[in-house]
Amino acid sequence: MIGENKGQVTEMLYPGHFACPGCGAALTVRYLTRALGEDLVVVITASCWSIIAGVPPLTALKCPILHCPFPSAGAVGGGVRRGLDVKGAHGTTVVVLAGDGGTFDIGLQALSGAAQRNENFIFVCYDNEAYMNTGMQTSSATPYGARTNTAPYPLFKEGRKKDIIQIMSAHGIPYAATATVAFPDDLEQKFRKAKEIEGFRFIHVLSPCPPGWGVESAETIQISRLAVETCFFPLYEIIDGGSMQLTYRPPVQKKLEQYLSAQRRYSGLHEQQLEKLQQDVDRHWEKLLRLSGRS
Amino acid sequence: MPVEMITGNQAAALAAQRAGVDLVAAYPITPQTAIVEYLAEFWARGELGGEFVSVESEYAALACSSGAAALGARTFSATSSHGLAYMHEMLHWCAGARYPMVLVNVNRALGAPWCLEPDQGDSLSQRDTGWLQLYCANAQEIFDTILQAFALAETIMIPCMVVFDGFYLSHTYEAVEVPDQETVRRFLQPPSFDPPLVPGRHANLHALTTGEVQTGLIRERHRVMQGAAAVLAEIDTRFQAVFQRGYGALAAEIPAGAKTVVLAAGSCAETVRWHLPHLAGTGLINLRMFRPFPGDILCRMLEEKAVERVVVVDRNCSPGVGGILAQELKAALYRMAQPPVVHDLLLAGGIDFTPRMLTEALAEKRASARSAEIWGVELS
Repeated sequence: MIGENKGQVTEMLYPGHFACPGCGAALTVRYLTRALGEDLVVVITASCWSIIAGVPPLTALKCPILHCPFPSAGAVGGGVRRGLDVKGAHGTTVVVLAGDGGTFDIGLQALSGAAQRNENFIFVCYDNEAYMNTGMQTSSATPYGARTNTAPYPLFKEGRKKDIIQIMSAHGIPYAATATVAFPDDLEQKFRKAKEIEGFRFIHVLSPCPPGWGVESAETIQISRLAVETCFFPLYEIIDGGSMQLTYRPPVQKKLEQYLSAQRRYSGLHEQQLEKLQQDVDRHWEKLLRLSGRS
Repeated sequence: MPVEMITGNQAAALAAQRAGVDLVAAYPITPQTAIVEYLAEFWARGELGGEFVSVESEYAALACSSGAAALGARTFSATSSHGLAYMHEMLHWCAGARYPMVLVNVNRALGAPWCLEPDQGDSLSQRDTGWLQLYCANAQEIFDTILQAFALAETIMIPCMVVFDGFYLSHTYEAVEVPDQETVRRFLQPPSFDPPLVPGRHANLHALTTGEVQTGLIRERHRVMQGAAAVLAEIDTRFQAVFQRGYGALAAEIPAGAKTVVLAAGSCAETVRWHLPHLAGTGLINLRMFRPFPGDILCRMLEEKAVERVVVVDRNCSPGVGGILAQELKAALYRMAQPPVVHDLLLAGGIDFTPRMLTEALAEKRASARSAEIWGVELS
């Protein structure tokens, strides 16, 4: 049962948290806290998790949580790490939770600064591809072609999604990885690995948002799996900004249309837009295969 | 006690070092830059304990400090002007979170256009962020006030801004008594406040809350702030016992029979002080504490001395309203039956404040008005 110790694994996420049904962000944190263990401080910047964490004296996690302002996550994470070191608590792990807004947009400066200084903590972007806490407005993580409340029909998101993992690994950080909730073993393995590494670690977790993406709350895992199987969101890790390896390779690359047509936010896309998206995905996937020496 | 010829910026850096700070996170900006450089030098020589972080912005300087302060670390940073404005969101947050951090602001005008002169509007316009604000009139006051600021902030768990004028104080060499760390320890011990964040202690810190809870928290901060001048006075007494000098929330020199008092903060007060022997029937109030505004102390003093006119030196301007110190003073005087007339000498833009300017401002014959603005003064 959630919230209880099951042998080796301690569930850190309490039941009764404030997430929507089927929330990918809640699952993401359930898995990653399970992997990181109880000697943990979680820093949360403005995002869905500002709500999910609950209203004090209640709390959703079995560890200390420190909330911080929207653009500040990277800097606060570094400050907490250094504060722990000053107090001699070197063994405590610091993990920063930010949404895509707090990572790709308003938090990018502090994130880049922390990565460049190689601050010793784990930064997690749980990416639901728009400002979902305020009700689905476009962020720079929103993919081309998606509709949001700031790009309503007949508009759609025009720009491409930033390749955040490339941006972050270009800082030469010791560990960068992608993960998603349909592959919990892969996700937990990456966090266990990250925990053992010193320095700045960045993990980008695709976290489906049923109300925002226009899928049923029971479809979170399916849509997360399709994102990987269509190579829209490949699973890989990059060590020291150089060596890249895929941690999962789909036996067959499914058509992107399967992933897009399952979500209402992509409804009404024209043929040529679909083609452009498929081309982008193919180009990116070929690049990853090349970089991982698997092409 | 050893006396050194140092700048205001050096005095600030030395005070932070002597205070035994655990973490310095800072970003350079003229005219504050030398503070960061001196601290970096101390750190390079192993004379600064803890952590020194060259962050990517002023916002990050305060954000990084906040993370360490949450764990009970003593943090210090310094900034100026645009840097302070950039910190604005974090100023509110750190006050709400009750982090007892110390931040130096070296006054400088805000753009546009770019201007490096020491307009005090940068810090005065942050008056509602919930920070204590202490102003320094000379380099010795800078050193002493920073030590007192740590003691005050950590006693009442309210962050404290220590403010002084760019160039006039930051870059001018003065003789300053700089006690060694051991002597400083007799006044300021290592931080012992209860940190909100403790590893292993489950808490959901600064999480979403209701308006009712927020009301209670703000009321508590308001009450603590209202008592801050009294706490500063106690701290000042302890300080005097160790260092044989002290200040209080405001330092007044009002000769018997003086009908006019000049009220100023920062180096302007020092200018007035030196010129006072040449001004018959005039006194000085060096407003050391601006937040909280020591209105009760001021009114009592003006009443006791039967002061008829206060000339406020406002090196700032809130456009459309006027000088900020005068606004604050006038609001405080509302409780007096016979309040003095207030004349506001506006030196917005940080223009130089000379003794001649003071003489001419005092000679202004507009005593009939309840209040009047004097924009600079005509210099012949």
